[in-house]
Amino acid sequence: MRKQKLVLVGNGMAGVKTLEELLRYAPDRYEITVFGAEPHGNYNRILLSPVLAGEMGLADIMLNDLAWYAEHGITLHAGRKVVGIDRVRRRVLADDGTEAGYDRLLLATGSRPFVLPVPGADLPGVLAYRDIADTEAMIEAAGTYRHAVVVGAGLLGLEAANGLRLRGMDVTVVHLADWIMERQLDRPAAELLQASLEARGLRFVLGAQTVALEAGADGRVAALRLKDGRTLPAELVVMAAGIRPDTELAESAHLLCERGIVVDDTMQTVTDPRIYAVGECVSHRGVSYGLVAPLFEQARVCANHLAGFGIGRYEGSVTSTKLKVTGVDVFSAGDFGGGDGCDEIVLHDRAGGVYRKIVLREDRLVGAVMVGDTADGAWYFQLLREGRDVSAMRDHLMFGQSFAQSHLGDAGHQGQNHAAGLPDEAEVCGCNGVCKGTIVQAIQEKGLFTLDDVRKHTKASSSCGSCTGLVEQLLASTVGGAFQAVDKHAKPVCACTDHTHAEVRQAIRERRLLNIPDTMRALDWKTPNGCATCRPALNYYLISTWPHEAVDDPQSRFVNERAHANIQKDGTYSVVPRMWGGVTTPQELRAIADVAEKYAIPTVKVTGGARIDLLGAKKADLPLIWHDLGKAGMVSGHAYGKSLRTVKTCVGAEHCRFGTQRSMDMGIKLEKMLFGMWSPHKVKLAVSGCPRNCAESGIKDVGVIGVDSGYELYIAGNGGIKTEVAQFLCKVTTDEEVLEYAGAFLQLYREEGWYLERTCHYVERVGIEHVRRHVLEDDANRRALYERLLFALRDAPDPWAQQGARPELRAQFEPLEA
Amino acid sequence: MNMPAPVSELAWRRVCAVGDIPVLGARTLEHPEHGAIALFRNADDEVFALLDRCPHKGGPLSAGIVHGRSVTCPLHNWRIRLEDGEAVEPDSGCARRFDARVDDGQVFVRL
Repeated sequence: MRKQKLVLVGNGMAGVKTLEELLRYAPDRYEITVFGAEPHGNYNRILLSPVLAGEMGLADIMLNDLAWYAEHGITLHAGRKVVGIDRVRRRVLADDGTEAGYDRLLLATGSRPFVLPVPGADLPGVLAYRDIADTEAMIEAAGTYRHAVVVGAGLLGLEAANGLRLRGMDVTVVHLADWIMERQLDRPAAELLQASLEARGLRFVLGAQTVALEAGADGRVAALRLKDGRTLPAELVVMAAGIRPDTELAESAHLLCERGIVVDDTMQTVTDPRIYAVGECVSHRGVSYGLVAPLFEQARVCANHLAGFGIGRYEGSVTSTKLKVTGVDVFSAGDFGGGDGCDEIVLHDRAGGVYRKIVLREDRLVGAVMVGDTADGAWYFQLLREGRDVSAMRDHLMFGQSFAQSHLGDAGHQGQNHAAGLPDEAEVCGCNGVCKGTIVQAIQEKGLFTLDDVRKHTKASSSCGSCTGLVEQLLASTVGGAFQAVDKHAKPVCACTDHTHAEVRQAIRERRLLNIPDTMRALDWKTPNGCATCRPALNYYLISTWPHEAVDDPQSRFVNERAHANIQKDGTYSVVPRMWGGVTTPQELRAIADVAEKYAIPTVKVTGGARIDLLGAKKADLPLIWHDLGKAGMVSGHAYGKSLRTVKTCVGAEHCRFGTQRSMDMGIKLEKMLFGMWSPHKVKLAVSGCPRNCAESGIKDVGVIGVDSGYELYIAGNGGIKTEVAQFLCKVTTDEEVLEYAGAFLQLYREEGWYLERTCHYVERVGIEHVRRHVLEDDANRRALYERLLFALRDAPDPWAQQGARPELRAQFEPLEA
Repeated sequence: MNMPAPVSELAWRRVCAVGDIPVLGARTLEHPEHGAIALFRNADDEVFALLDRCPHKGGPLSAGIVHGRSVTCPLHNWRIRLEDGEAVEPDSGCARRFDARVDDGQVFVRL
């Protein structure tokens, strides 16, 4: 196939991001030509402020240098501005006469600063603040002149003012509104911010309209005159009164523009299907975005369509802003103004320089403003995007994430939960030994913007995930507004698909899909047979939705669930026979001892789940070990699976002088009922015979505590990465009720939990009220859930006996002979 | 660095039938000199042979999940390309590869 021609007009972040994504999807589809008005490669425009402030150099902010274009076979016309599009002949024309033909054209012309239409606006010394040239001119002026006036106290204006001040200029900020950043902050927040900027030497003139710029004797601007007659000395004037989408080229080509170039949800212009547009120049559903995070979302969707996949849709973005002035933390997101039907919760410590306001509507977070301490910004923003019901944590919401849900400061990083205050050598990821400095350096040098990028490049947060919050904070503080916390529930399962877990599961249920190939076909999977992330998830969704019907594909299970043993670091396996309720017999112990000797098991260990682990078994010996254990009546303990693990018990009323219920019995009944249960993640239970709770029921997925009059049931506890105390669900009186209620909850989790989501995260997501409604308040629904569980578990086989009996399954354990 | 053996010393050896390796799965071959060699079969019935050691921490690649033309190591999820044994970026490293081919339903490896 002849390569098609793709021309990109606008060599900035949105356009080049689209190319990067496109090259990933379809590296050979296009012959690509790029026109950029600036004589550089693609750089990180957001970081111009740190450059102006002297905190970074130009080299630090390059995202794609000229070698990158060469490496990908892209023709770059840097420093050439496209002045015309001939849509009939499908050619673009640049100001130096260069022409290029296209099959697809991508416009990413960005925006231009709004220059006040006042006399003198064209004088030397009057600048906008958009690009490298402006930044260099400002740095140069700062070396020569003394007085600067910045017009406009928005994000850009304040960053410019701060940078010029740091370069030694006397800076006044003139602003039309009554308080600064009025589009992002309410008045108290703005005043607090203003005070902290004034303490850094900036001056403000608010409610002030600029009417003219006046020249000095040398012809350069010398003063700025306000409507009230005051004049301010100014040898440098920076116009930062807003930006406008740059639609000049698009309009000249008669593409429909309404403030920005009008595009649909596929980023195609509504006028010409061969022409796409992304970035600040675009108007999507009537909105133009000036922050980078939405532009990246647009880029991803656009690349998907240019690559010919045609499935992504851009549906608009909720944005958040963060001011990049070192030492001054400001965060704003959503509808911070409140108003009718909204509740506002405010914390205002004027002397301490802290202001925090969150706005709720119908138990959902709709806006947040923070000054002084913005560490929780990413968390609020996530709650806002997810639209999650926050009524349960309303009392604590104000005090931030670590207080409201102790989500950060989990195991492995010394209880730290504020990344900004950590020294560079502090270990952030305790699993992979990654320090803060390494992460920040990777973010800056490799131009990373997303959590996934950081995980890939540094491995931080890629194992247990407990430091995810810290890594997100580092991203937020390093790239500022470019970082957008991902709504993990709206995230595709993996890079093989654009569908979320919810969509996949819904399709499997509604379209009665019964195997992985059909599911991938039905959902337009992008890869021929998925990857190690999506295949196990699909397999679980299939077998949990259609038990006894769907194909359970061993090759789509993680090795542990294929080998029915737990792989160890040296490639050997651990074998854990089931001990029902942690109760065993001399005969079983003898069989275990015999196996350990016969197969030279190096380590025999008692597990936390009250059973015995044989560690260091060779793969080829596994079927033989199972055979020997099976002869003594033992079956698989599933210590390796996303499945029922153990039911831990105390000795209970059978022996204990305090026991009120027969906990060993109850535990064994539960474990027998749940034997062979596959679940989104591992599931652990415990039964204690009295409130002394020796079986630690308070940190289990389902914890049962015997009391004199019956049993209390607790759910969604966790003893792992994130220690989470189980929540009380209900009290029941009989053993049969324990089975029914516990079973119904677990079935609900099996049907609604995302793959690899523990019960604590599942319940945090759906809310305990949701569980109560389905399991407690609706008797018929509870029984139906329970019956579906029993149906799924009917005739659950012992995988060890099954593997041993079927040669085709056993073959995987036997090496071939050369 | 090990010197590659002269080509003349290498010979194609029949090791099993294609059907002995599960689709999107692997088998291992014990070799007296190299140790375990993993034989992978993908959905297109292509067969690849790599030393059964992940370049990262020596994990048994034969126990990984096979997809497309790569395998994901079961220990720390590195992705290794089956054609050349190279780790997928940004990880870097290489598992030794061996020539493998399928002829008339039989798998041959050059050892």
